Amino acid sequence: MPRMNMVQAINDALRTEMRRDARVVVLGEDVGKLGGVFRVTQGLQAEFGEDRVIDTPLSESGIIGTAVGMAMYGLIPVPEIQFADFIFPGYDQIVSEVAKLRYRSGGEYSSKMVIRTPVGGGIRGGHYHSQSPESLFIHVAGLKVVCPSTPHDAKGLLIAAIRDPDPVLFFEPKRVYRAAKGEVPAEPYEVPLSSAKVVREGTQVTVVSWGAMVYEAIEAASQAQAQGVSAEVIDLRTLWPVDVDTIVESVKKTGRLVVVHEAPKTCGFGAELVAMINERAFWHLEAPPVRVTGFDTPFPYTLEMEYLPLAHRILPAVLETART
Amino acid sequence: MNDHPDSPLLDPDQTIVRVLGDDGMLDAVHDPHLSDDEIIALHAAMVRTRIIDERLVSLQRQGRIGFHIGSLGEEATIIGSAHALRPNDFIFPAYREFGAALLRGFPLQSYFDNMFGNRRDPARGRQMPDHYTSAKTRFASISSPIGTQIIHAVGFAVAARIRGDDVVTLAYFGEGATSSNDFHNGMNFAGVMRAPTVMLCRNNGWAISVPPQRQTAARSFAEKGRAYGVRYARCDGNDVFAVIRVTRDAVQRAASGGGPTLVECLTYRMAGHSTSDDPTIYRTADDLEAWRRRDPIGRLRAFMVSRGLWDDDKQGELERGIDAEIGVAIEQAESAGPPPLESMFEDVYAAVPRHLQEQREQLLSGPRPSLAHH
Repeated sequence: MPRMNMVQAINDALRTEMRRDARVVVLGEDVGKLGGVFRVTQGLQAEFGEDRVIDTPLSESGIIGTAVGMAMYGLIPVPEIQFADFIFPGYDQIVSEVAKLRYRSGGEYSSKMVIRTPVGGGIRGGHYHSQSPESLFIHVAGLKVVCPSTPHDAKGLLIAAIRDPDPVLFFEPKRVYRAAKGEVPAEPYEVPLSSAKVVREGTQVTVVSWGAMVYEAIEAASQAQAQGVSAEVIDLRTLWPVDVDTIVESVKKTGRLVVVHEAPKTCGFGAELVAMINERAFWHLEAPPVRVTGFDTPFPYTLEMEYLPLAHRILPAVLETART
Repeated sequence: MNDHPDSPLLDPDQTIVRVLGDDGMLDAVHDPHLSDDEIIALHAAMVRTRIIDERLVSLQRQGRIGFHIGSLGEEATIIGSAHALRPNDFIFPAYREFGAALLRGFPLQSYFDNMFGNRRDPARGRQMPDHYTSAKTRFASISSPIGTQIIHAVGFAVAARIRGDDVVTLAYFGEGATSSNDFHNGMNFAGVMRAPTVMLCRNNGWAISVPPQRQTAARSFAEKGRAYGVRYARCDGNDVFAVIRVTRDAVQRAASGGGPTLVECLTYRMAGHSTSDDPTIYRTADDLEAWRRRDPIGRLRAFMVSRGLWDDDKQGELERGIDAEIGVAIEQAESAGPPPLESMFEDVYAAVPRHLQEQREQLLSGPRPSLAHH
């Protein structure tokens, strides 16, 4: 089985789907000859031509809006937004058009598309190359939101997203674009949407995370193990609609919940997860759920490793929760 | 790009294309050469649009529908441009073009079902009145945000070209929308991609209460095309012959690979912005009177009478027929009940996901509001 990093795995998924289905088109800034600023679309224009791998003018609203029209015609656009931090000019198109088109047209039209965008910090990117805006999209009815942590899942989730009938925001954790490596089947396969994965089994604390922070959660769990605390780590993979059953099942076993995410704490997705677990597993809880997150500040440049909820901040939360 | 040799629409001096002269003669250069039957059908569609408008305003005043946003005074722009399309072409509307949808075969009953938001509404009662959808007549779903449809029209047209299909899209918008993000995106993307699309600006003099000179410092809305490398034209939007000629030329040019055109139709919104507006606050009776004399239906009818195509009897018969079909549509629409409760949770996604199934159960098993569905 080939070993790939996440960039290669996503490229492989795009290539696989573009070969399978002539309706799949890629569009965005620098996605053509350059292959994207992270090289995720490298080689696609050479193989599929300028009609299917389109370098667009520099406007996120224009990219998403063009994709809506293409989707209405029956293509399957996969627009790339160069950084999630730059998605906001396209937010009106996503919120007012992409998310609502099926509903407002009584099912006559849909804007099936996969919006790919790199997300997250830890790459010395400052405010505008580091943010994690996932909850701003989870909050909008009609969107699905995905964030893989491994090359294997990235390929399988992207293929599943491209084949899914609904619009999907596909957040790619750029901190592990090249750092995460693993075996990726050469053939096409789907990792089903809305299926979380227990990536480390444990008995005393449930740690829920996604994207690049999954590795931090695993590291913290290993360190906790050394101190006699057994933590289970869940990689959500799909954020919305979320696989709440996997979390509930784990929390019923452990009685304790720690949610880890890079985004700011207040109204981050962790708040919703804690509320969902309170609604569904309150009487199984042995301790108050805990959030380990980014702070409610803009994403800082020099102090980014202080801002991020890395293993050194997750570990004490796990230990303290386990001892409550 | 604007000096195409076979185009009569050169616009270096802000020419306004007009066909129907004050003397009742048709300009020989721009005459679109419509048959008598076509002229009679266009007139009927414009009259139908206006009578529907009047009935909907009165229904709103009676409290029987919540809202209407109409096209009083803009019938030539809307009906003429839609008439200029080929059957396979596709409309991306703003929210004032129900006349275009009906002209293309959107059933009057479906339109009225939307006005009442009832269980048979194509939008399933999920949107305000005048926010319908009509895929069968190749007419996109309507949203309220301004200008967003312009860039959709570009993407749709490019997609058709990628698939090798001969489709031209037409995006409608008001002159206020030329200030929006997606007008800029639509123009720029259409220019760069040479999209087979027609961007039709209904310059009706008002964006709610704001006049054109508060939207732009340009000499016209049409000339914005110049900087985008998009061909542009202006026409008398109250002259259905001129609208057809200019739009038809733009459609043919787009279909033959000549790229997009921005068309500015000079017309006038003779009613308020919508039934929620009070235009007496910001414009005078004199303003309106000047445009009343240029009424697009009045001008067309005078021409038809002078050519012996029309008389009072025919007008009476036309109006009675329209009144009758509207009467039936209202009765049917008003008596259909609201959409079923569970429909609230459908079409958010292709299938109803777990969390919406749970919320649906909560709604269905919970208490009902005391306020009636309207």
